[in-house]
Order: sequence, then structure tokens, then C-alpha cells
Amino acid sequence: MTLTNTEIWLIVIALGIGTYLIRFSFLGLIGDRELPEWVLRHLRYTPVAVLPGLVAPLVIWPSATGGEFDPPRFIAAAATLAVAYWTKNLFAGAFAGAGTLALMLQLF
Amino acid sequence: MTSTTGKSAFRQGVLAGLPFILVAFPFATLFGVLAAEAGLSVAMAMGFSIVVIAGAAQFTALQLMLENAPVWIIMSASLAVNLRMAMYSAALVPHLGAAPFWQRALVGYVNFDQSYAVAIVKYEDAPEMSVADKVGYFLGAVVPVVPAWFLGTLFGAIVGSQIPDWLALDFAMPILFLSLVAPMMKTVAHLAAAGTSIVVALALGFMPSGTAVLIAGLVAMMVGAEVERRRDRA
Repeated sequence: MTLTNTEIWLIVIALGIGTYLIRFSFLGLIGDRELPEWVLRHLRYTPVAVLPGLVAPLVIWPSATGGEFDPPRFIAAAATLAVAYWTKNLFAGAFAGAGTLALMLQLF
Repeated sequence: MTSTTGKSAFRQGVLAGLPFILVAFPFATLFGVLAAEAGLSVAMAMGFSIVVIAGAAQFTALQLMLENAPVWIIMSASLAVNLRMAMYSAALVPHLGAAPFWQRALVGYVNFDQSYAVAIVKYEDAPEMSVADKVGYFLGAVVPVVPAWFLGTLFGAIVGSQIPDWLALDFAMPILFLSLVAPMMKTVAHLAAAGTSIVVALALGFMPSGTAVLIAGLVAMMVGAEVERRRDRA
């Protein structure tokens, strides 16, 4: 990481303020007003729109192998996704993924 | 009389929030561990958990910091992950809008996925609750979770620097993100948004670090909203 300590603290504070403003927004500053339906419709998809795009390159080009496609990590990712989707449980998915990765790193 | 019911609503909230300790503590521990692995001090990890206090956004920021993304990209991507909470804020207005300013300000700090979900179910179940009771219930629901979040981070950040390298922690973050996002796939629109995000992010993989995520997120959000709109009309 090339960030300086000051930059990291700046991120912490700015992110804290930004997050607070998002959470407080309608409760505090804007008051009793309905959000237009099209805005709500977009807000509903922000986490599922951002997180997969963040993770996909990490799965396809893992940093541990210098960006080379890595079968054990890819299979572990697939197992995580399948189990987390099936069980709707974060921890079941995480354990399945970690277990699969450990196993695959032994095999390959 | 009013104060007694206020207290019992608070207590009910605490009870409803208790099970979430089981989620918050390990999740926060993992954040602490990965923050330490990334080279953040214990104080910085705690800073994130106390000042930002938003799991997915904290992990997003950490990942982009590791990728040496520019500060404005780290900010925008992490805040984008949090935007959904504006929706929670709006949905709470009919229930809590009449509460005193300082109480609403406090609710703003602890307006999480967990507290929102627990509270909104209760409010719809018991619309006769007074505004004071509703505030009490909401604040009660975070009383078990917030300390678990702080202590988990602290524990993880302290332990994190002592974890041996042979544990393939390099892949902990992807696994965590995947476990976080998979259960969110509730409709075709969610799947369309996620699929778009993956395709765009990979296609733009050549771009400077973090830029792809931002563009992918924006396009995917619009695709998700559009798919929902068309399905509603159909």
C-alpha cells in the first residue's frame, strides 16, 4: 500500500462523514418527503452492482499468483458462491470457500 | 407510564438485536485481521469501525487501498456500497420523522442493514407504537451489535499481525465478498445487475486501479433498475 498515514486517516474521516450523511439524509436534513420511485429503484441495486465488479478481477486475476489465472482459487470462489447462494448464509459460504481453497491448494 | 413503555420497547429491541452478535463479532474480527495484514495500525482499524461503522464499505475501502487506487475512487466506490442506506433513511421517516432532532441524529449513526431490517418489521407489525417507543426499539436493537463490532475489530487487529503466512489470507477478501453478495441475489434484476457488474469490470480490467469498479457499478445499477421496471410493467 502506498498511502501515507495522513491519507489513510483522511479516508477514514471522509468515509465516516459521507456514510453518516447517507444514513441520516432523509431522517434529518431533507425531512418528511417521499423519494421518487426511480431513485429508490436505483438505490436498491447499489450493493449488488458494486461488489461483484470489485471481486470479479480478484477471482480471475488473483494477486497471490501475480495476476495469473489460478484453478484452486477459482474453484474456491465458485464453491463460496454456490454455498452462500444456496444457504443464504454468509458464514456457510465463507467456510465452504476457505475449506475448498485449503483442499485445492493441497491437490494442485 | 410513558417512560416505562419506552424502557420496555428498548428492552425488546435489545433482545431482537442479540442474535446479531454472532454475525457482527466474527465479521469485524475478519476486518481487523485483514486491516492488520494490509499494514493498518490497530488505531486505524478501530477508526474505520468506529467512524465508518459499515462492514461492506470498510472491506471495499480496504481492498481498493491495497490496490493503490486513487483516494477519490476509494471514497466513491465505498460510499456507493453504502448508498442503499439512504433508502433505509427515507423508509424510516414515516416512523421516526416526528422524533426530536438529537434522537434522529443518533439513529443516523446506527442505521445499519441489521437495525433497519429488525426495526421496520417491528414497526409494520405494531403500528400502534408511539414514536418514543419506536426510537427506543431501534436504539435497543443496536446495543448488542455495536460493542461486538468494536471488540471484534480490536481483537482481529491485534491478532492479525501474528497470523502465519501459510494461511492463504490473500484470498480471504474475495471469499468474504462472494459470501456477502450471493445471498443478495433475490430477483432476476439483482442477477442482471451482478452479471453486468462482473462483465464490465473484467472488460475494463486494463483501466487504472479502481476505475473499472466505479463504471461497472454505475452501469450495473442502471441495468438492475431497468430490469425491475420492465418486469413490473410486464
